[in-house]
Amino acid sequence: MALTAPLPKTTKARGRRDDTRLALLFILPALIGFLVFMVWPTLRGIYLSFTKFNLLTPPEFNGLDNYIRMVQDPVFWNSMKVTVYYVFVNIVLQTMFALVIAVMMQRLTKRTWLRGIVLTPYLVSNVVAAMVFLWILDYQLGIGNTVIAALGFDRIPFLSSDAWVIPTIALINVWRHVGYTALLIFAGLQTIPETMYEAGRMDGASEPRMFRSITVPLLRPVLALVLIITVVGSFQVFDTVAIATRGGPVDSSRVLQFYIYDVAFGRFQFGYASAMSVALLLVLVVITFIQYRVTRADSSDLN
Amino acid sequence: MATTTAPPATTIGDSIIARVVEPPDPKRFGIGRAFAWAFMIVVILASLFPFYWMLRTALSSNNALYAGSDNLLPVQPSWGGFERVFGLQTGQEAIDAGGAGQPIAFWRYLLNSVVVSTLVTVGQVFFSAMAAYAFARLEWKHREKWFAFFLGGLMIPAIFTLLPNFVLIKQLGLVDTLLGIALPSMLMTPFAVFFLRQFFLGISKEVEEAALIDGASKIRVFFRLILPMSTAPIATLGILTYISSWNEYFWALMVSYTDKSRVLTVALGVFKSQTPQTGPDWAGLMAATLVAALPMLLLFIVFAKRIVNSIGFSGIK
Repeated sequence: MALTAPLPKTTKARGRRDDTRLALLFILPALIGFLVFMVWPTLRGIYLSFTKFNLLTPPEFNGLDNYIRMVQDPVFWNSMKVTVYYVFVNIVLQTMFALVIAVMMQRLTKRTWLRGIVLTPYLVSNVVAAMVFLWILDYQLGIGNTVIAALGFDRIPFLSSDAWVIPTIALINVWRHVGYTALLIFAGLQTIPETMYEAGRMDGASEPRMFRSITVPLLRPVLALVLIITVVGSFQVFDTVAIATRGGPVDSSRVLQFYIYDVAFGRFQFGYASAMSVALLLVLVVITFIQYRVTRADSSDLN
Repeated sequence: MATTTAPPATTIGDSIIARVVEPPDPKRFGIGRAFAWAFMIVVILASLFPFYWMLRTALSSNNALYAGSDNLLPVQPSWGGFERVFGLQTGQEAIDAGGAGQPIAFWRYLLNSVVVSTLVTVGQVFFSAMAAYAFARLEWKHREKWFAFFLGGLMIPAIFTLLPNFVLIKQLGLVDTLLGIALPSMLMTPFAVFFLRQFFLGISKEVEEAALIDGASKIRVFFRLILPMSTAPIATLGILTYISSWNEYFWALMVSYTDKSRVLTVALGVFKSQTPQTGPDWAGLMAATLVAALPMLLLFIVFAKRIVNSIGFSGIK
């Protein structure tokens, strides 16, 4: 996302060089939105994490109390662990599937209808995705388990066993997001010149060989960018858990964002919830930073 | 978008020449391609089957689902699920059919979703376009610095601002109102400003300067020239904004408490929690799910090409 250079100063007949007042008018609504609903809440969120705040009485500064509590809170650590596990399963599966789908679309047909179908699940909300899979994967009546039983296997308690619940939620979200990710990768594939594949074919390289030696190396910067976007998104998982499991069974799907919501709106401990949000923010910033560095260091593609 | 590598050969002579010049045709049929197509067909089925299953279940009688769980067609076809979703059954009828019996009227939620998504889309796109114009075309001090500051907003994960924004909305007295849900994203997003600025920068300056020399004001240029010339990117941005606003759950869940401001995603969650715990009303739930999903699916059918082609590296959200 390179920012374009400032516009060259044009020499113009009219002398209206300075539009400061008009510009102020034009950016005013956006500026208010930016300051009031992005900058201020960010600062306030950090401030609230150092307070005791129940929403009814004004926040009371209590230093590092929330952070001390957080470090000692086993539920927090469990939810951090569950979240990282979820992100791992979700990202590995999603990236692999998306990469394969994107390459297939590139090599088979570039027609819009195919990309449209693959993207369809992304058009519905996480809530809709969670609802339909709650039904499909229902232990007794879901078509998924009906098929599994008909094939002679044991029914699987997808969303009600602590071993299955996170992989299942991860897969539900893969279903919704894989098409979008595949299209991002597909867009990246378009930047690889077709001549490279033609040259490969001339040399008698097979499709798998070309995938390894042309596609993957040239796609690495794009993949890194896609990973930053999807990992950051994946850490914010909430909707699917809130609809499908509400954190259960016990705490086995209590992802961090759901725990934060529960602490804030179930127990009205906004200070503590803010402290955990700050922790999540820090994790995201560190991940973005690391991935960004890795991308930059590795940007040896066509250039 | 049918970009084939070889130009279509119409005559035999052409195709011979093409074969000599072109490398071996990558589209020829082989075992590898058969496997690839088989894989894509599985992907297509996996993408679309859940939608069919929603429809099939929504059109079934709930009580019959238990016996007919392996039936691929609607079991004892009935509109009952939809009738419960739109509050057309009496409480007792609904309970007899396996529903919750509480009155529920999805029309209200549908309307709320439309209002919120429209407010967000119109506001966000218009105000972002104004700001983008100021950043792209107006001459003012520290313009680039302000723009960089705006872009910094892309670094803040949306989720972090939700709690403090809720506190703010509460202080403004806007909890449980549609405006309260819409307001935080009604004025701008850094992405929208960035996206439109990129486009405005690409518009030829000559047309604009001709208008200015003719005595038009810059405000007039913006409304009469820049906006009409940018309908394509504005429409794309608008559609994407509308979809993401329609699908928003977490923020709406925080702000809305009653029917007054409940949007479809939130209502769906509530409807789910009301359904009998033993033997849920799956027909009703899937009817509700379909009602929540359908408007976006219709929008997608109309604008598929635009939406699909907007996803790329200029369109990263």
